[in-house]
Amino acid sequence: MADTMQFDLVSPERRLASFEVSAVQIPGADGDMTAMPSHAPVITTLRPGVLMAEGPKGTEEYVVTGGFAEMGITGLSVLAERAVPKGDMTQDILDSMMDEAQAAYSATKEANGPVDAAAKLLADMVAMGTAIGLSPKQPSL
Amino acid sequence: MPNLKDLKNRIESVKSTRKITKAMQMVAAAKLRRAQDAAEASRPYTERFNAVMAGLAASVGGSDSAPKLLSGTGKDDVHLLVVMTAERGLCGGFNSNIAKLARTHANTLAANGKTVKILTVGKKGRDQLKRDWASAFVGHVDLSEIKRVGYADAQGIAKDVLARFDAEEFDVATIFYSQFENVVSQIPTATQIIPASFDKAESDGATTLYDYEPDEEAILADLLPRGVATQIFSALLENGASEQGARMSAMDNATRNAGDMIDKLTIEYNRSRQAVITNELIEIISGAEAL
Repeated sequence: MADTMQFDLVSPERRLASFEVSAVQIPGADGDMTAMPSHAPVITTLRPGVLMAEGPKGTEEYVVTGGFAEMGITGLSVLAERAVPKGDMTQDILDSMMDEAQAAYSATKEANGPVDAAAKLLADMVAMGTAIGLSPKQPSL
Repeated sequence: MPNLKDLKNRIESVKSTRKITKAMQMVAAAKLRRAQDAAEASRPYTERFNAVMAGLAASVGGSDSAPKLLSGTGKDDVHLLVVMTAERGLCGGFNSNIAKLARTHANTLAANGKTVKILTVGKKGRDQLKRDWASAFVGHVDLSEIKRVGYADAQGIAKDVLARFDAEEFDVATIFYSQFENVVSQIPTATQIIPASFDKAESDGATTLYDYEPDEEAILADLLPRGVATQIFSALLENGASEQGARMSAMDNATRNAGDMIDKLTIEYNRSRQAVITNELIEIISGAEAL
């Protein structure tokens, strides 16, 4: 059994990471999951959260929002809408992400649409913010 | 015959024009490299995305519950044309070619009794389509303040388009942009984005049987709007590279033409100068002979 697999993390604007990993923890929409080499092929959407990849240089952490992960035979590709290395994550970036989510929530609420998805997105953002040691604004629901 | 002073001024003015076009060419060349890099960097995402979507679409596409973004509204009466051009001119036929393609497309649709709506991105395309299709304009996206197109800009446009789709303002959406081939050739292209169509030939992953989490339909519903944004984003990047490429070759031509013109004017200037000298000599000699 292979010990490592190819891991790619790409956002629309650039390729953030591409290396061999032994395991990757993915914040899946239905819950966290860890993908290891020879995992069964699976496609899952992402929720805002922290992605941890165990690469040759230790564990690399990235903050991702939205997108999906594709676990194939050859390796794992994560296509994130926005991805920031955890070290580069600042309060400003978190705030702008939160504002966006809040705006989406308010817009849905005003239109009397189903707010569950938007509310979950907001809650996920708050959880993510706390997890990386920043202080997320409290959402107004 | 124009006098010497006029010729001299003319040469000076063409020279300074040449300086400007030369500078513009060099700026375009530098920007082109950056635009190409950006287009290159977005390619892995787009490719993977399309491969996954093709697989998904193939497995869900046939069912009745397929999202409208994939299966369409069942009609094709109202067409939305998203015409993406540059904010600035002086780039050869770049803007005109896109506008021309869009205009032909719109005319064909109108001739077939369809309703045409136009959303313009970039000022130049709007100006060119204004004459024939001003009544069909439904909106305009201004990118003149944006130095470097980001994914957020594409998302903004996508959001606008999707909101219109949800409001049932149109049935089919097509984007118009220029595919960057190389510096001298940019191909104006029309791509249908709604209902979405994915190139199935490219999807080598379609043979793999994936587990989906959550189920296929939920993923598809989540990803299709992103697909629109992704397609618009890659079109914007292609457009950016094409614009700079077109400007570079247009300015290269202009610089060369200015050079030719300077040569011609210089020859004319020298001829006139010699003619004046010859005239003066004749006057002096005939004056001396008369004595």
